[in-house]
Amino acid sequence: MTEDASLRNLQGHGVVIERRTVLKGMLAASGLIAFPSLAACTGESSTGGSSNSVTFGSNYSDAVPKKALATALTAGEKSENLKVEINTVDHNTFQEQINSYLQADPDDVFSWFAGFRMQFFAERALATPITDVWDKIGGNYSEALNKQSTGTDGEQYFIPFYYYPWAVFYRKSVFEQNGYEIPTTMDQFTALAKQMQNDGLTPIAFADKDGWPAMGTFDYINMRQNGYDFHIALMRGEESWSDPKVKSVFDTWRGLLPYHQKGALGRTWQDAAQTVVDKEAGMYLLGMFVGQQFTGLAAEDLDFFSFPEINSEFGQDSVEAPIDGFMLSADPSNEDGAKKLLEYLSSAEAQATYLESDPNNIAANQDADTSNYSPLQNKAVELIGAADNISQFLDRDTRPDFAATVMLPSLQEFINNPDDVDGLTKEIEQQKKSIFAG
Amino acid sequence: MSVAASANKPRQDRRRRLLTRRDVLTLGLMLGIPTFIHVLLVWGPALSSIALSFTRWDGIGGLDTIEVIGTKNYRDIATIYPPFYPALRHNIYWLLFFIGVATPAGMFMAVLLDKEIRFTRFYQGALFLPVVLSLAIVGFIWQLMYAPEQGLINNVLGRTSQANFIDWLGDPSINLRAVLVAASWRHVGYIMILYLAGLKSVDASLREAAAIDGATEAQTFFRVVFPVLKPINVVILVVTVIESLRAFDIVYVINKGTNGLELLSVLVTNNIIGEASRIGFGSALAVILLIISLGFILYYLFQTFRKEMR
Repeated sequence: MTEDASLRNLQGHGVVIERRTVLKGMLAASGLIAFPSLAACTGESSTGGSSNSVTFGSNYSDAVPKKALATALTAGEKSENLKVEINTVDHNTFQEQINSYLQADPDDVFSWFAGFRMQFFAERALATPITDVWDKIGGNYSEALNKQSTGTDGEQYFIPFYYYPWAVFYRKSVFEQNGYEIPTTMDQFTALAKQMQNDGLTPIAFADKDGWPAMGTFDYINMRQNGYDFHIALMRGEESWSDPKVKSVFDTWRGLLPYHQKGALGRTWQDAAQTVVDKEAGMYLLGMFVGQQFTGLAAEDLDFFSFPEINSEFGQDSVEAPIDGFMLSADPSNEDGAKKLLEYLSSAEAQATYLESDPNNIAANQDADTSNYSPLQNKAVELIGAADNISQFLDRDTRPDFAATVMLPSLQEFINNPDDVDGLTKEIEQQKKSIFAG
Repeated sequence: MSVAASANKPRQDRRRRLLTRRDVLTLGLMLGIPTFIHVLLVWGPALSSIALSFTRWDGIGGLDTIEVIGTKNYRDIATIYPPFYPALRHNIYWLLFFIGVATPAGMFMAVLLDKEIRFTRFYQGALFLPVVLSLAIVGFIWQLMYAPEQGLINNVLGRTSQANFIDWLGDPSINLRAVLVAASWRHVGYIMILYLAGLKSVDASLREAAAIDGATEAQTFFRVVFPVLKPINVVILVVTVIESLRAFDIVYVINKGTNGLELLSVLVTNNIIGEASRIGFGSALAVILLIISLGFILYYLFQTFRKEMR
């Protein structure tokens, strides 16, 4: 509109502008616009190569973790005499684009997850081994964490930063008021759920709109019933999903479903956690990040217990505790600086700095100062310390494509229609074979 | 084209002589650049999708890591991929609902507003408002309406307790319908504005003639106005089909297109985007979507070209 008007105006004053001249002008202008942006690109990458500057790709995009990480990295800059450039990307986007990100021009250090999900990229040579760093800092970590940081080739690729256990969370005041006891076996758990139902509570809060929270329930029932080794073998595609052992997991779960909150597929975990805060629901199996939903007095009232025993052979010997940390990209522009930074991030001091601002996790470093921990954090340390096995999470222990395109819809299907376990496990197994064949 | 060229041969020769070398260069660039971009951005990806659909590739590493596996992806989709048939069904259901309900509703609104009733501008604005929102935003807005415990609809119905709430978006037997209502909220406004523009262009004398002949309102519309608007009708049909087949954002923001909201477009995305992409498998799904779309595109091209020939 405005362009037309101005043209007409110019013509009115006796100046005739040919269409071709205008086009030429537009071409020139677009060339000018394109050129400086190219120049800017090359300029940027050259600064990344300077001796003490390290680039850092972060998925800590929520306000609390973002600030906490920035504080920890600022401390690292001072201590190691580095300059860290943080590139923060929304964490869902970061995960979805990790493939192209790592193949393009990734930052020197990037945030990622331990276990199979780390090994996947290590195997494809999209990360640099940091065994030399581990030689120096190995003493900071327990054997279990070492294992979760090691690739299939025996080299370490990952620096654990913090982790958070999954457990059954509840409000202490609700349990005290009603005289509930902490259940340690499945029978006690079921009896408690029944009791809660009689008392007008929803026994188990539940949400699976986003598809992943229900994976935690599957993991725990499988580990309690069939043991950690079977669970991991199943995750790696070595066991069959149509095995009667897997079917029995779904059978146990079906027995518990009547005590779960209805309408889980339309609810987010935040909404489900809110019903525990509001004392409408009694318990909730989730990661410790559930604490983000508990503020003020409710936060002090929050407590958890380990998922109950199902098979006495395994007791409560496994804990699901996803580990978050950092990796070194395949071709870092400043390898020495990046390694120094990784070494710093493995220190108790760095992790304590982070947890000051984000206390819904616990430090991965076993020497970390726990004196500032909340009672809940201390309990989490104990829970993990007492565990023989640490699993990551369904979508971290198996192939990501299998988790996202097969397990996510299948578990939702189960919640919807829990009666056709045979058909469901058969479908999962068929798809697993097709995906793991590659 | 060829008919026109042979008929106007002398004039064309004259025109060719009029073209200077600079003109030829300019024309060449003006045609060449768009053609190049078109081939690069439309044909290139489409053909490579078709090629990739016969392979297995996780998107990591060079082209040498692509493994050709023949039609296995298609066989897997047809036999062991449970979300495929629901997705296909939902796409068809979506299309039928838009053609049968949402689009006629939009046309009806346009006819009413064309009557210059009182506050017609206000109604136009109100109906058109959702069109300026992206479908993703529409999804966010309706999630608030449909939320089981806090949502407006359940609160109005008084069904918010654990025992009797309606799980609009979580219950796979009703959530597609709930989403279609939300999507129609936007689609109706879109069709309304398109059709209103068409109605304004109908020669008033046609209506007068019909009125003099004693036709009723309904007869005037169905026998006179509707046939006259055939070009607009084709556009509206095509817009409706495109909107139905590319439906994606609204279900993706609601639950990433799982649990009763599967659509072909979402399956493509879920398989290709992500950490360990199934590029080949996703491409095969995309090719199926392409073939379905081609049917409608060919119909449209056929209609428009036939008109030009006449």
